[in-house]
Order: sequence, then structure tokens, then C-alpha cells
Amino acid sequence: MSGAASAVTPKISVRGVRKSFGRNRVLDGIDIACAAGESLVVIGGSGTGKSVLVKCILGLLHPEEGSVAIDGVETVRLRRRPRERLLQKCGVLFQGSALFDSLLVWENVAFGLIQGRGMERLPAKEIALAKLGAVGLGPEVGELRPAELSGGMQKRVALARAIAADPEIIFFDEPTTGLDPIMADIINDLILKCVRDLGATAVSITHDMVSARKIGDRIAMIHKGRIVWHGSAAEIDRSGNPFVEQFINGRAEGPIRMEIRAL
Amino acid sequence: MLKALASIGAAFLGFLAVTGRIVIFALTALATAFSPPFYLRVILRQMLEIGYFSLPVVGLTAIFTGMVLALQSYTGFSRFAAEGAVATVVVLSVTRELGPVIAGLMVAGRVGAAMAAEIGTMRVTDQIDALTTLSTDPLRYLVLPRLLAGLVTLPLLVVVADIIGVFGGYLVGVYKFGFNPEAYLARTEQYLETNDVVSGLVKAAAFGFIVALMGCYHGYNSRGGAQGVGQATTYAVVSASILILVFDYGITQALFAR
Repeated sequence: MSGAASAVTPKISVRGVRKSFGRNRVLDGIDIACAAGESLVVIGGSGTGKSVLVKCILGLLHPEEGSVAIDGVETVRLRRRPRERLLQKCGVLFQGSALFDSLLVWENVAFGLIQGRGMERLPAKEIALAKLGAVGLGPEVGELRPAELSGGMQKRVALARAIAADPEIIFFDEPTTGLDPIMADIINDLILKCVRDLGATAVSITHDMVSARKIGDRIAMIHKGRIVWHGSAAEIDRSGNPFVEQFINGRAEGPIRMEIRAL
Repeated sequence: MLKALASIGAAFLGFLAVTGRIVIFALTALATAFSPPFYLRVILRQMLEIGYFSLPVVGLTAIFTGMVLALQSYTGFSRFAAEGAVATVVVLSVTRELGPVIAGLMVAGRVGAAMAAEIGTMRVTDQIDALTTLSTDPLRYLVLPRLLAGLVTLPLLVVVADIIGVFGGYLVGVYKFGFNPEAYLARTEQYLETNDVVSGLVKAAAFGFIVALMGCYHGYNSRGGAQGVGQATTYAVVSASILILVFDYGITQALFAR
């Protein structure tokens, strides 16, 4: 972490968070912080607890132990109304886009403005169409249903929805998973542009190293529910950490073991 | 012996735990009705879905139920030369019992299953989490409108089912057995009391709430992709159907047992 970031209250602070599902401990004392305006990328293999970490920060899951604070405000045991106010600062791009398939595309983008903030439909639609334009989609797309769009277009709509209310913090859950390399690069560029334009803090989780290097100021690696390394994006190639080296080089041999049973 | 008792005890405790979870789920959702925002548009859409779009299936089952009832009661009563009671039996059976039960079961199959599948799919595709992150309470936005729509719409549907069911009995009575139309209608009216219709509507409101609650609860708590959603749909229909019959007995006992 940079010295400047540690001197002020972090935008997001996670300390000693533990979360289990039955006997399976997914987060085992996570400590991580993210400064305002910073783009933090959390990398790690499948099932290492990346999505659970983001869900704990957002309050969608409740950790058994530890502390999560946004702007210095403890959020773990926050009641519904204050949590809703807190979530108004946040935008989220979900892994599978999570668009509401019963609504039109523009209604999806404007959903948080209309239902969450009580804005009238007409001004909300104008904002939604402007946000769709910002991610490279024309107004005609706004009148379609999500099921009529390709995977890449759905991701762009989900990005437009995430930025619709000009959030201070944006979470990206596997933003490029399932996309071809060109579309993945387009999404990465859009993420960079949107985060810069809004001056937002970004927390992304991914196992796509091209994406991590491109959108991250700082990268942290999670393994078995713990942060095993963190540093600037530029340092990752000379981290000297065996977990990181195995992961970024995509090697089967190393300290990260996949349990494979004999046929 | 001890093992058998332990497994019975475990099953009973499991039943109590699920009952508790369903009651807490329903009360938490209903509590959101007392503070804004109110999603009237969503409630109206659900009323249309439960009521208007269920009319064909409920109407068809109601007319055949009335017809079969007239047929059965005529063949039975003719043994005691009591054919004149057919109209009364049809109207009382339909309004008190068959109208609400048949409509409830049909709506459980059509609407309860659809609710569980829709909400279950939203759960497994992160759409419910997305609602929360967009500062929208999923219980207030998804569950409450369905509960209220079920509660209000099924009685309206049962009024229609009652009329169509009685009409089915009339068709069989008049055109098959040759009853005088005026006499049949007079008999239909003669012994029908307000309480008979009202009790049917009370049952309908309870059944509508049960169908919506089971659909929402099982959908909301579904896990594990397509298989989980399929399971939620099955649970929603089966549990709603069983509860409709259980509550039917309970309400009848409460309203008519002297």
C-alpha cells in the first residue's frame, strides 16, 4: 500500500473478516484496505473467496467475525435503512450481469434511480440513455429486452447500470469472464474510462491477469480465504511470492494444489 | 427403538424450524407494507397475472365441477326421490367448498409455480442481490406485491368461479334432466345465505395468500442453479396444495362447526 493511502481513512477497510458456509471456511481473517480513488483488483483461483469478500463488503453476506468499514463507518451490523443509504454510494457489475429480464434495457439501467431513489421515469430514462451512450450503446438498444443482447452487450448494459447513479465506489465481479479477448479489452477500457470520469474508487475481482494488469492500480492475491500478497500492479511480475508466480504464469506445479481424484 | 424416536424427533424439529422460517419470512415481508416506498404498479401487474390470466383455467374447471356435481347429486338423490335438492346442493357446494378449493389448487399450479420459478431464477442469477445493491428491498419489491395480490385477487376469481360453477349445474339440471329453469333458479336462491358466499371468499383470501407465500418462500430460498429452481417450483406447488386442504378444514371448522 502506498504511504499516502495509509495516512488517511481508507475508502474501504476490511479487517480480520471470517466467513464460513457450514464447515467450509471461505474467508479466514482477511485484511485489506482501499484508498479513495484507487483501483484495487483482487485476484485468485476459483472458489478462493473473492466473490464472498465482495458480498461481505456490500452487506449481502454477514461475516461471523471481523470489521468492514466504508468511509470509516462500520457496516457489518448496519440496519436496513442506513445500509440502503450506504449502498447508494455503490455500483456493482455482477459476474453474470444480473439484468432483470422482465424489464427493458433502459429500465434496467434506470432501476436504481426510479425504484431506489424515487426519480420520475422520464428524467431517469434520459440518464439511462446517456449512460448507455457512455458504454457505446445507442438509444435503440434501450428498448430491447436483456435476452435479445449478446453477452458483451449485456456486460455493457450492466456497466451502464452500475454507473447510472454516479457512485463513489464501483465493484466489478469478474467483469471479463466469458467474453472473447477483444470484447474483454473493450470492457476493460470502458471500466477505466468510467472509473476515471466519475473519480470513483474501484474494487474488482478477477482471475483474468490481462484485465487485472490493465484496470488495477494495486493488486491483492487471495488464497484459501487469506491475502497472500498485495502490491502495486507494476510490482506483480517481481513479487517473489510463489503463489503469485504460479498464478500469473498459469502453472499447474506450485504451492497452489488442485485436488484431483483418480478416475 | 431410541434411534427411531430420535429420527421422529429430528423430523418434528425440522418441521418446526421450517414453519418458523416461513412465518418470519411472511411477517418480515408484510411489515414492509407500513412504510414507503409502495410499488403500486408491481402490485397491479401481479393482480393481473394472478386474476385475469387465471380466468380461463379457473372458469373451465369451475363449469365442469358444477356440471359433475349436478350429475352426481341427481343420480344419488333420485334414489330417495329428492331430485329437487340438486340446485341447493350445487350452489352450497360450489360457494362454500369447491369454488375456493378448485380455484386455489388451479392458481397454485399456474401462479405459485411461476412465482417460485421466477424468483428462484432471480436468486440463482444474482438478480436479488442486484436489487439490494440498487437500494431496493427484495421483500418489499418482489414478495409483498405477490402476497397482497394473492390475498385480494383470489376472492375476486372465486366470485367468478362460483357464478360459472352454478351455471354449469344449471345447464345439466335444465338441459339434461329437464328441470324448469325458473324453479331451478328459485331453488338455487332459496337456501343460499350470505354467510355461504362470504365463507368461501374468506377461504379464497387465505388460499391466495398461501399460494403466493409458498411460491415466494421457496423461490427466494432456492439454491444451486436449474435443479434448485426446479425443486423450488415443485415444493411451492406441493406445499401450497397440501396447505390449502389443511386450511380448508380449519376454516370450515371455525366458521360452520357448532
